[in-house]
Amino acid sequence: MSVRRLASNQPSSFAFSADMLEKARWWMAKYPETRLQSAVIPLLWLAQEQEGWVSEPAIRAIAEMLGMPVIRALEVATFYTMFRLHPVGKHHLQICGTTPCMLRGAEELKALCKGRIGPAFQVTQDGLFSWEEVECLGACVNAPVAAIHDYYHEDLTAQDLEGLMDRLAAGETVQPGSARGRQRSAPEGGTAVLTDKSLYDGSLAVPVALPNRPASGS
Amino acid sequence: MAKILVDGVEVDVPAEYTLLQACEAAGAEIPRFCYHERLSIAGNCRMCLVELKGAPKPVASCAWGVRDCRSGPNGEPPEVFTKTPLVKKAREGVMEFLLINHPLDCPICDQGGECDLQDQSMAYGRSGARFEENKRAVEEKDMGPLVKTVMTRCIQCTRCVRFAAEVAGAPEIGATGRGEDMEITTYLEQALSSELSANVIDLCPVGALTSKPYAFNARPWELKKTESVDVMDAVGANIRIDARGSEVLRVLPRLNEEINEEWISDKTRFAEDGLKRQRLDRPFVRRAGKLTATTWDEALTAAAKALSGDPARIGALAGDLACAESMKAALDLMAALGVANLDCRVDGAKLPPGPRPAYLFNTTIMGVEDADAVLLVGTNPRIEAPLINARIRKAWLRKPLAVGVIGEPADLTYRYEHLGASPAALADLAAGRSAFFDILKNARRPMIVLGQGALARDDGAQVLRLAGRLAAAAGVVKPDEGWNGFNVLHTAAARVAGLDLGFAVGLTAAQQIMAANTGHLDTLLLLGVDEMELPRAGATVIYIGSHGDRGAHRADIILPGAAYTEKHATWVNTEGRVQYGRRAAFPKGEARDDWAILRALSDRLGKTLPYNDLQSLRAKMMADHPSFAGIDYAPGAQGSERFDPASLGEDGPVTAAPLRSPIEDFYLTNPIARASATMAACSEAASARRAVHRVAAE
Repeated sequence: MSVRRLASNQPSSFAFSADMLEKARWWMAKYPETRLQSAVIPLLWLAQEQEGWVSEPAIRAIAEMLGMPVIRALEVATFYTMFRLHPVGKHHLQICGTTPCMLRGAEELKALCKGRIGPAFQVTQDGLFSWEEVECLGACVNAPVAAIHDYYHEDLTAQDLEGLMDRLAAGETVQPGSARGRQRSAPEGGTAVLTDKSLYDGSLAVPVALPNRPASGS
Repeated sequence: MAKILVDGVEVDVPAEYTLLQACEAAGAEIPRFCYHERLSIAGNCRMCLVELKGAPKPVASCAWGVRDCRSGPNGEPPEVFTKTPLVKKAREGVMEFLLINHPLDCPICDQGGECDLQDQSMAYGRSGARFEENKRAVEEKDMGPLVKTVMTRCIQCTRCVRFAAEVAGAPEIGATGRGEDMEITTYLEQALSSELSANVIDLCPVGALTSKPYAFNARPWELKKTESVDVMDAVGANIRIDARGSEVLRVLPRLNEEINEEWISDKTRFAEDGLKRQRLDRPFVRRAGKLTATTWDEALTAAAKALSGDPARIGALAGDLACAESMKAALDLMAALGVANLDCRVDGAKLPPGPRPAYLFNTTIMGVEDADAVLLVGTNPRIEAPLINARIRKAWLRKPLAVGVIGEPADLTYRYEHLGASPAALADLAAGRSAFFDILKNARRPMIVLGQGALARDDGAQVLRLAGRLAAAAGVVKPDEGWNGFNVLHTAAARVAGLDLGFAVGLTAAQQIMAANTGHLDTLLLLGVDEMELPRAGATVIYIGSHGDRGAHRADIILPGAAYTEKHATWVNTEGRVQYGRRAAFPKGEARDDWAILRALSDRLGKTLPYNDLQSLRAKMMADHPSFAGIDYAPGAQGSERFDPASLGEDGPVTAAPLRSPIEDFYLTNPIARASATMAACSEAASARRAVHRVAAE
């Protein structure tokens, strides 16, 4: 983690789009009128969903909507690392760099991103890509993992990620999930343990006499 | 009440006390950084750890209630230890962590010598640090012309954040980021928009927020400390003036629960550099249209000549910063000369010189906390008396407080109902044609605050009558309950003393100026009158004052006097509380105490005043005006049984002109503040802020 500051280049204004505004109102309706600031995190999240990042005008607009001091909204936006304070590309790649992913090749993914996109948080010339390293995404079984547009791409190699980026750049949609066709987090190459059929058909069952079981019939 | 043992000493404290308060009650000293009596509890510095019997680890005493402690197995009172090895080790550990990222730059830090961190690390810290990594560094933040920041020194106690949000009512400071990267800043590094902003300098336990104008000026042990009283507004905040030699270097608040608690306004704190500029340090006489420096002898002779004419053609005015002694001396001299035109209400307020409750803040400032309904008429207390405004906010935060405003709508830091802008709204209210009337009438402790903006107008007497009628109809004066809710909020430090002395006979200030312009007055004696339109050429103007401001520019004879830091003087605040200001430095150059100038002048006129020193002058003042003998005493509801607010003012029609505060720029209300570069910078920053708000509003 590092010091989180607002981006130096900011848009001049921010406004929620009509459907985002509707979602924002839905969140705000959950709280009493005097406690509207409870909705600050969902609203910041909506702003990020709309723009890809949280800009200073967005923070100000949200604080105003919720009737809270703008510094309080800034505190929240800078506290949570999932709020991106800098512009990102159309496709923002979040590469998990925590230990299990690192052991399974996240370093190569990061090297690829660095080579193809540039340093973290730098947007490519065409505005398509940016990337960042994030903390554990919680899918360690399928390491290494990258999150793109809220979806996990798992079991990645550098080639897989490169392929994903090529397809994204070409405007195609990409399918989330394991790059190796693994079913969710099932073992790779089929089941290796607990394969004995008798485990499941009841044939291994041995009649047991429970010591405190009352005599039958009574 | 709950019993608790602190280091074996049994104390009986209210159950809602925290352990820290209980320990203090038992006489144990608890170090702390984030805890402050007047702010909410944060519990994040961990310096106040104590050992609680039965608790598995040390507890933060500031955030642990006495009622939350369990008693022993046989019902013994809970036991707290503050001197055990565990506590010692805990404090050392906390101290070491706090110092990990704190630079060791005490020799170049302005807080050095009065730093909590320095003192507590001496008392409770280890002898050395074991930290060998790099220290964290934080960029400086721009917090405006008053507060200098060295944010690397910040230990994140968040006192400033809580002060801004709670006391000042300007929630503009915050802590961004988290963990090691947490930083204290204002939004986009704007200056704080509060009139109390610089109190964060006192609150900061380290050298992160220090005084910008005082930066690198002096060390605390070099300064001579004088306890005195502030004159920037009529609140009479208690201050400590720190001076080195003849120079006042800074002004700090002094604790007085009944007036300013431990806060002072930015103007009180930082107008002090105005004491070094634009000073009148020698007598001047106008010759051939030009003011020329001269000797006391010549100036006094000229003044005596001007005053020896027909007494009916002489007038005297006392300005906003005139002390009671100088007004008393002027009053006695004028009486001896037979002059019958005196006025201290230079702003034109239509206030009667008596009875006393008619012009005092009768609820007292502390009484504001008891009020449950407040009506503000023609006043913006935020800029007229920031400390009284902070009290209203304090009361508003603690309980439901209905506040109504008649006058200009402004951000007062608390919610209020705007009842109208013109006196008509007051008339409606007085006639009971408003829902707020019932609120006032049904309130147990109702309060009406009448500002000078409501009184200093042509129909001021009529507005006063309306306010008085409202006070009577709503029953805000309750003598049998010891409550007088009729308040007048003054803006000038001199005004109440002037009215107490009866410095308001004959022609009013405006009439005197008019008479001088039309040739009906030959001579005007001004005691520091700088806030009003002065007569054009014609009359001879004698000016006694400290600063070359409006009055001195018009004057024909200037007799240089002492500023408030340079004399022993009596001040009466808006509550009617008599307080003594003390001399911190001597008057500049040839300037003299104001009363002594008048005494010398009386000698020249052959009407020698009957006092040769301050003591005898004060004795005479107390004998003639007994209210001056009640030092540091606010009369409050005293005399309210004989006080009929409905009889104040005059009947008559009121105009539709909106009521507005007499103060346009908080930072530039008197000659001292106008001479101050710091106040000029503040005023500029404030007007830039207003411009931004105007643009945003459009």
